[in-house]
Amino acid sequence: MEKKLYNELVSSISIELIKASTHLEDSLVNAIKEMKSVFERAVAESDKETREHHRTEASLLVLTMILKNLKLAAEKQIPMCQDTGMLVAFADIGPDAPFRLEELEKVITEGAALAFDKGHFRHSIVTDPLFKRENTQSNLPFVFHVATQQQKGLSLHFLLKGFGSENCSAMRMLNPTATPSAVIDAVCEMVKTAGGKPCPPIVVGVGIGGTADMSAVLAKRALLREVGVHHADSEYCELEKDLLVKLQTTDIGPGGFGGPLTALGVSVEYMATHIAGLPVSVAISCWADRKAHVYL
Amino acid sequence: MKHYRLPLSKEERSSLRIYDQISLSGSILVGRDKVHQKLEELISLGKELPISLTDQVIYYMGPARKKEGDVIGSCGPTTSARMDPFTPMLMDHGLMVTIGKGPRSASVSEAITKHQGLYLVAFGGCGALYAGCVKQMKPIAFEELGPEALIEIIVEDFPVIVGIDSTGNSTFL
Repeated sequence: MEKKLYNELVSSISIELIKASTHLEDSLVNAIKEMKSVFERAVAESDKETREHHRTEASLLVLTMILKNLKLAAEKQIPMCQDTGMLVAFADIGPDAPFRLEELEKVITEGAALAFDKGHFRHSIVTDPLFKRENTQSNLPFVFHVATQQQKGLSLHFLLKGFGSENCSAMRMLNPTATPSAVIDAVCEMVKTAGGKPCPPIVVGVGIGGTADMSAVLAKRALLREVGVHHADSEYCELEKDLLVKLQTTDIGPGGFGGPLTALGVSVEYMATHIAGLPVSVAISCWADRKAHVYL
Repeated sequence: MKHYRLPLSKEERSSLRIYDQISLSGSILVGRDKVHQKLEELISLGKELPISLTDQVIYYMGPARKKEGDVIGSCGPTTSARMDPFTPMLMDHGLMVTIGKGPRSASVSEAITKHQGLYLVAFGGCGALYAGCVKQMKPIAFEELGPEALIEIIVEDFPVIVGIDSTGNSTFL
């Protein structure tokens, strides 16, 4: 890779990752604001002194604090959440790629390290997951998914994946004859199990098809999409809309206090699968669905 | 939002009810997974703890790195449920109040009722907000754990909601 391109990529990656830690995309902020106005109405309309009123008030306070927190993070230029996550990187590489894969890995490592340092990210990564669990003191390594893309160039996508929500990831291997409504039920059940743990309101990514492992990657990819933008395929677009409606009935609510709304968005990605199965994975993001994109 | 000075007296703890929105000022211990594991180890070996837990408050948190000149980095709560297996034991050793996010197990509710303690819910993901409430920070033990070390913070107007009250009532159904 040419030195100029290398330096440009390192710099863009670093800038975008820091920005992701301090700012949410506009559509997500708007979704939080819209949710807040729904809870304001619910508080006004509920009978005072009832449990319903108190829990809706608590949920409303959660949303108020989230918006205040976003303002403070932007003003102070510090991460909105102390869990700056494990970095998950997706590289979609076009046919004209002027670099080797290990060079790309090095570029991402360097850009990320710069962001982690300058952006005051927490060092949240340990070496060995079971025995040593020693902090790497660098917030590295990162998780790397590589794929090809048809168009020229390079698309890099990043998630700063917090682990409160990551711990709520789940998978079901459904029967191939399962209906869309069975898929919706399975997703809702997995989200219900997560309950108040992943810092709701949540953004939900669903991966359908492939193998067990690939459905989990697809669910993560689904989280990369801008909140509110639906799948291009009309059937999957409908599935997303139906899922969103159904997820709102889980009564988890902001902070887990309950209420009429729980999810800020849901997106689905799918791929081919085997005649014998229908893998469904759920990736949950807290309201701080922090993502970044760099294109070449 | 009613304001309280820490530590909370038994009367204050007993007077609070679920969903009460309160703010706290005073000293809070900070520890998460590893600290709990280490404290349990010390207790089971009959060894002395690095700090007395009597009437203490523990906040489940691991801060992000701080900017030069700041007291602390971004510092919101982590998921309380992971600390559930350790909480009854720590409450038997004097701990009265825990602060984190999300639901707790039935055994934590029982321990809270037994000791007339409290579980307070902090606002998940609001790290920048809570950083502004921390006026002092001091390391206590296990510094080698980096962001997971046991520290003490002095807070002012630290906002929380009562999640489990001293009678065992919980906001999480």
